Amino acid sequence: MEQYRIDKDYGLEFGLYTLGDHLHNPHTGERISARQRINEIIETARLAEQAGIDLFTVGESHQEFFTTQAHSVILGAIAQATDTIKIASSSTIISTLDPVRVYEDFATIDLISDGRAEIIAGRASRVGNFELLGYDLHDYEALYEEKFDLLRLINENQVVNWEGEFRKPLRNAEVLPRPKNGSMPIWRAVGGPPASAEKAGRAGVPMFLATLGGPVSSFKYSIDVYRQAAAENGHDPASLPVATAGFFYTAETTQQAQKEIYPHINEGMMRTNGRGYPKQHFAQGSHPKDVMNVGSPAEIIEKILYQHEEFGHQRYIGQMDFGGVTFDKLKRNIDIIGSEILPAIRKHTKK
Amino acid sequence: MNIVLLSGSVAGSKTRTAMEYVKAAFEKNHPEHSVTLLDLADYDIQFSDGRNFMDYGGDTGMLTENIMDADALVIGTPIFQASIPGTLKNVFDLLPQDGFRDKTVSMLASAGSSKHFLIPETQLKPILGYMKAQVLQSYVFIEERHFSGKEIIDDDVIFRIDRLAEDTLILAETYQKIKEEKEASYGF
Repeated sequence: MEQYRIDKDYGLEFGLYTLGDHLHNPHTGERISARQRINEIIETARLAEQAGIDLFTVGESHQEFFTTQAHSVILGAIAQATDTIKIASSSTIISTLDPVRVYEDFATIDLISDGRAEIIAGRASRVGNFELLGYDLHDYEALYEEKFDLLRLINENQVVNWEGEFRKPLRNAEVLPRPKNGSMPIWRAVGGPPASAEKAGRAGVPMFLATLGGPVSSFKYSIDVYRQAAAENGHDPASLPVATAGFFYTAETTQQAQKEIYPHINEGMMRTNGRGYPKQHFAQGSHPKDVMNVGSPAEIIEKILYQHEEFGHQRYIGQMDFGGVTFDKLKRNIDIIGSEILPAIRKHTKK
Repeated sequence: MNIVLLSGSVAGSKTRTAMEYVKAAFEKNHPEHSVTLLDLADYDIQFSDGRNFMDYGGDTGMLTENIMDADALVIGTPIFQASIPGTLKNVFDLLPQDGFRDKTVSMLASAGSSKHFLIPETQLKPILGYMKAQVLQSYVFIEERHFSGKEIIDDDVIFRIDRLAEDTLILAETYQKIKEEKEASYGF
């Protein structure tokens, strides 16, 4: 765990993530400027740090209604604006980027932040990046596997010799700068079916699992598959961190939280994915055994602790800004996280 | 209500002919609704490659957007090789797994033989159910002998088509109403 900068005795790490969506606030029909959205993301990271939150991450999506396509640039600004909080991507779509360039960027962010940067590398659910960045969608799987492997190779070796299908070979290539401690945590972003979790386990890389909604037991299955695949392939599951990522929103009561956040999520997903979030599913999301952390502080604490018991994971990150949530609401959530949720989680999960 | 009628084949004319009658039934008896007939033969539709339906361009993007925007659909299919045509299956493959959630979907089939009567029941309905449609239980099944050129010559078939349009609307309106009441009860 140490190589991934995870302290086993610390308890569950709590982070926030944003996809950098740039959507209308459904309550007012208005949308802030891209400039304001980006600045508020940086400011949210700063406030998260002040509240004692462990991690802040930013993702990239290359289509309409998003604004953090250049997520590494924003992470660089966050590195400068903060002092202690860990920072990462959520995720970097490695399939359509050059791993050498990604590594240069994130190693630089690691140096600016004095050793706080991590990479979470994924494959994208919407695929606007393929056409925009000049790749063929038919190579979706192969691109991800090859580039993810190369990224890890660069992390583990300062001088790289490599040959593959999707870029020119590297001959005694020295990828610089190096992160503060020579290497940095690289996670595999996993969503959807357990087959993807199994691949992460086989490769023995840390797993970031997307868990938007549904029973905890379904996601536990993916985590079990991951650990089993790791063990079967000669990796020690106890040395591999697992993180989960999903919706988060808190207000005084669970019903109030649902009332405030549902239109954001439903209409935001309508715009970015073409389908809303079924209200019936969202209502079920408040069940203590559902993975969605939307509710009163007390219910969220109970749910996160239940998830921790089931998953045995090291890190949870919540998405609370999707769909044009106002900055005021984000600040209030951060306040509650800092004053009520974090102390309870730490108390119960610290060794 | 936004109603989309889909003629699911690029070969032959019977399904298209029948779907014109469905369109006329909606327009004559239920003019307050918007009805669009999409005939796959009029478009150049690419094969599904697994991307999000919003990421297709051209005719394919137009088709998926239209279907996803519909409140109710009537799917017309011929029976080829004892099944639905590949063109229609491809339309389903272009859509999300739950692409018909909250949509009412009804079926019309034209076939060369009465032996194919159960094909919509056994092959089309399971797909619609899997994709979360509210499926109208009864469907219209038309045989070759009911057509003459591009006309339907059997009055019973025309009556059945009128009832299909009406039943589709009854189910769609009822479902929408029940769902709205239920959702209001969630309190958020």
